[in-house]
Formats: sequence, C-alpha cells, structure tokens
Amino acid sequence: MSAHSSIVELDTNSQHRGNVGDVERWGSLITGAVMIAYGLSRRSISGTWLAATAAALVYRGATGHCPVYSSLGVTTAGNAADTCVALAGDRGINVHESVRLEKPVEEAYRFWRRFENLPRFMTNLESVADLGNGRSHWVAKGPAGSTVEWDAEIINEIENKVIAWRSLPNGDVVTAGSVNFDQVRGGRTAQLSVHLQYAPPAGRLGALVATVFGREPSQTIREDLRRLKQLLEAGEVPVSAPQTSSGGRP
Amino acid sequence: MKGVCYYGKEDVRVETVPDPTILNPRDAIVKITATAICGSDLHIYGGYIPTMQKGDVLGHEFMGEVVEVGSKNTRLQIGDRVVVPFTIACGNCYFCKEGLWALCDNSNPNAWMAEKLSGFSGSGLFGYSHMYGGYPGGQAEYARVPFADVGPVKVPESLSDEQVLFLSDILPTGYMAAENCHIKPGDTIAVWGCGPVGQFAIKSAYLLGAERVLAIDRFPERLAMANSHGKAETLNYAEVDVPEALRALTGGQGPDACIDAVGLESHGTTVDAWYDRAKTSMYLATDRPHALRQAINACRKGGTVSIPGVYGGWLDKFPLGAAFAKGLTLKMGQTHVHKYLTTLLSRIEHGDIDPSFVITHRITLDDVPTMYRTFRQKQDGCIKVVIKPGQGVVQSEGSIGRPPS
Repeated sequence: MSAHSSIVELDTNSQHRGNVGDVERWGSLITGAVMIAYGLSRRSISGTWLAATAAALVYRGATGHCPVYSSLGVTTAGNAADTCVALAGDRGINVHESVRLEKPVEEAYRFWRRFENLPRFMTNLESVADLGNGRSHWVAKGPAGSTVEWDAEIINEIENKVIAWRSLPNGDVVTAGSVNFDQVRGGRTAQLSVHLQYAPPAGRLGALVATVFGREPSQTIREDLRRLKQLLEAGEVPVSAPQTSSGGRP
Repeated sequence: MKGVCYYGKEDVRVETVPDPTILNPRDAIVKITATAICGSDLHIYGGYIPTMQKGDVLGHEFMGEVVEVGSKNTRLQIGDRVVVPFTIACGNCYFCKEGLWALCDNSNPNAWMAEKLSGFSGSGLFGYSHMYGGYPGGQAEYARVPFADVGPVKVPESLSDEQVLFLSDILPTGYMAAENCHIKPGDTIAVWGCGPVGQFAIKSAYLLGAERVLAIDRFPERLAMANSHGKAETLNYAEVDVPEALRALTGGQGPDACIDAVGLESHGTTVDAWYDRAKTSMYLATDRPHALRQAINACRKGGTVSIPGVYGGWLDKFPLGAAFAKGLTLKMGQTHVHKYLTTLLSRIEHGDIDPSFVITHRITLDDVPTMYRTFRQKQDGCIKVVIKPGQGVVQSEGSIGRPPS
C-alpha cells in the first residue's frame, strides 16, 4: 500500500519521468492543442469529446509521460539504464542540499570518500562496499525487508574538492550523485553541497526506488546531512528516549 | 524511579518511570538532589505547549551527583556534584563556538519540527516538549544528561544546593537579560515582572553598573522582594499608570533599557496542525498586562528592550512602528546558559549574589502536583519552588544511584 502510494507521489512530482521521446512529445503537444481548438470551436457534443480526448495528448506532450506506454511497459525515451541518457541534463529526480560543518574540509572529504561511512548517516542505505578501482557496491533498504542493489563508479574526483559517481548498468537503480567540498567563512567552515539524481522506473521497481530515496527526497537528504554534521562535529547523533510511565521498560 | 509526568492540561502526576540509561558516549546520568518548578513549566501545565505527550517527564532546572558516565565523557567522574544547564549543547558547532549555546545545531533530535515553525531549530531542552527534543526532564530522581562533557558545571562543596541550583536556568537568564541591556554607568533600567527571572535581572542590572532599577508587578510579595533584596524602586501596575510613572521617574526621558521578564502565555507553537491552538492561547494572552508593548513604548529613544520572557508564536498588535521610530534595539532568545556558568559561579562564591533568596517553598517530589496548582495561582506567596527528590519516601527500581564505591 505504501509502496503504491509512493509511485503515485513520485509520478506526480516528477517532471521528467520520460517514457516518451522528445520529437513524439512535441508532436503530441501540437496535435493535441490543434485538436482542442478545433473541437471546442465546433460547439457540439462530438467537438467537446474531441477536445477532451486531445487533452490526453497535450498532457503526454507536456509531461513526457504516457499512461498507455507506462501500462504497456514501453518507453521511447532511450536506454533507461544508462545514466548518461536517463539522467542527462535535468532529467530524473534532482535533489540539491547543502550543509556547513565546523570541520576542516579535508576531514569531511576523507569521511565521505570512504563510501563505507555513508550508511552511518544515510539511513536508507544498508551498506556500501568499496570494490576498488573507483567502483563500489551499494545496498539500500527496500520495503518489507527487501533490498535494492547496484554498482557504482566514481566519475570525477578531485581531492578535497569534489566526488561524483554514477550507477552502472544492470543494477536495480539508475542514479548519480556528487558532493562539492568548499571552504567558507574565511576557511573556518566546510560546506558540502550534495546533488543526487535518480530515474524512477515504473512498476514494482519504481516503488523500491521511491523507498530508497524517501517519499520526500529533499527532506530525506536534509536529515541525512544533519546526521553527517552531528557525527563529524559532535561525534554522535543526538537521541532522546521517552521515559514515560506508559511506555518504555518497566 | 519517581518522576513528575505530564498528563494533559493541569494534570501532572508523580509516577514510577524507567530509570534513565546512557544512550550516547558523551552522556552522564545524574542523581538529582535539587530541582525546581520554572515559570515556563506553567505554560506546559496550562496546556499551551504543543508536542507534549502523555507521560513525559517534566522539569529543566536540576542539579545532582554524577552516578554514571558514557565512554567518551572524560571530563566528569562518578561522584562529581554538578548543576546542569537547561539548554543542551554540543560545544562543537558554529553556534556553540560563537557562544550562542542555546542555538546549538546538534542537540535537538527533532530539529525538523522546530524548523517547520522557525526556519531553524534552537538547541534541545530538558523536559520541554518533543519539538525541543523530547528529552525527559529533571523533576525526577535521575536524569540522563547528553553532551555532559560540556554542559554540567562542577560546584564546590562550600556552596549549598540552594545557592547554586539556579545556575541551571533562571540566574543566567536574568543575568543575560541585564547584559543584553548594554548598561552604562548611570543607566536606569525598568524590569517588567518580578518573578524569579525578574528578581535576578534586577540584581544583575546593578551588578553590571545600573544606577537605578525600576521594577513593575502587581503581587505585593514580589514587589517587596524586588525592593528588599533587589533594592529596586517598585511600581504596582494595578495602582499606578506605569508609562506615566516611568516618564516621571526618568525626567521625561524614559528608561535607558527595558526588560520584559513576563513573556507570553503561548509558547513553542509549531506546524499548521497546532496553529489554531497557538492562536487561541495568544488571544488569551492579550488579556494580560501587555508587558512587551508597554516596555517598547516606555523605552527611551535609542534604548534597548531585552526580552528574557518566553514568546512562541505570532504576536498580535506588536508596536514595531514605535520601536522603529525610536531606533530601539531588541535583544531576546533562550539563555546561553553555558556561557555564564563560570562567571556566575564565581559571583556566587564571592558573595556578590546569593540566588537562594527567591525560594519560598521547599517540597518533595510527592508534593509537586499540588504545588504546580499553588504556583500557577500564585497562592501562598509562592515565588519559587525547590524540590528535593532525595527527601521523603523515595524508591528506586534500577541499579543506578547506589553510592559510588
């Protein structure tokens, strides 16, 4: 149930869950617009029906999403497993968040570069293993105890400046991410700017991906970065345990 | 252990609750020897604080003996006698490093709740709703203290609990209120509200160089205390026109700084779900003496209005125009308790101030529910209630609290 509602939410939020190619989108948009104009100008029942039907074409063209294609599992938007295609430009779901730390930028960089550390503050991740040669294996928590897995490779790395990675084909998820490390406030403070992208595939897998990145990806990443900050600055993540008379241990 | 638990509006009960345990490496567990009821606890008691849950342990002014420390807490040792700041602060973030301890970035596990209301979250607080972290409070036999390697201040045996307990909140709060007035020699300071924070603001204003302090309240016992202990000139607002009196007392110029130690009976409102409730409570508050509006209007041109009183929501008919027209400075916020501990402890040691003068009632934990009522209704001359959990019939279920071997 929750998985299903996640799909709906992602589908309505996403502007680029493309299963319709660009040429086809423009075609749909223009044809639909002409049909609406013509249909409404007829001022008849059949004209109204024509306009209503054309509205679906306009929707398809404007959003790049075709419900019919979706239900048939068809996509004309290119190879969805390739991050270069699925996440090109501003495609996919994009999340930008940043955080400031009272720590040397080198320390923050070292912590992040050890991908094994990521699950310590990204609660949706179960583990990340370094496979060597810039490759890593990611395991994320799915619904009902399931997992979602993919391999990733580093595509850009400048020490104490930037780390960028993307998923490799044949994983459960198409995703890419980067972190920029900057010194601010005259070098006293480190600023981490995170950009995460992922392509939400349709169907069951879409629900899994939605779970991995959270129902509100931006809020999820914000909380993740807050935990990172707490770990690096304070050395621990604050917790409070309700000590109520009605709950808790006797 | 025993703890004072919130059950709803005007429903506070002493219950048996689980003993606290160490949850993080920098924690400590304190066996509480003295704690208090704060005026701001009455906001909770009145049902004005959102995100309180049934069974939450109340209280944020406490001190005691360290009985357990976390693995990374090297500063405290078992047996240390400490006073615990009501604000929880990590000591490492930008705000802590800037001395803005009450704005710590890393101590509120529920920061997102406060962010919905204020954009950003202040520090976690003990016993003061889930929006401020959901930390169990200090009106109990034991408390878990997070970041105990930077917060609690060790106090010498030569000083009694009653002399140092108020370092936890109200003494630094009154002191910061006065410090925020940027007092210059010869200044006249007016203080609205002669509760414990007002009393300490009066004392602190003199300590920081004020020539005169004018104190405003309506309860005779509070005015008498402000006069006898604080050496303030007092104004009973039920009897005199305060703005006129202040004008007359300052040669038509107005006080150099005004302190609002009253606050608003609406506190800590948050997201839309609670908005209506907050609004209701604010309208109730408009029936009160309008201390802040009066302070702004009474203040001299170019003066400072310092606000230690607690505000939570959206203020109606706030005279920002008057503040602008007169070029006022407004200073406010939760107290950066940690910043003042050393200074104020040495003030107490040197006899500059003995904060115990505000205490009117001394009780055991079992008496707390009754005393909340007495305090709220300001009966029996009640100004400050101190609780001694170690006295009376006390049972502890857990292993914590045995004397250190």
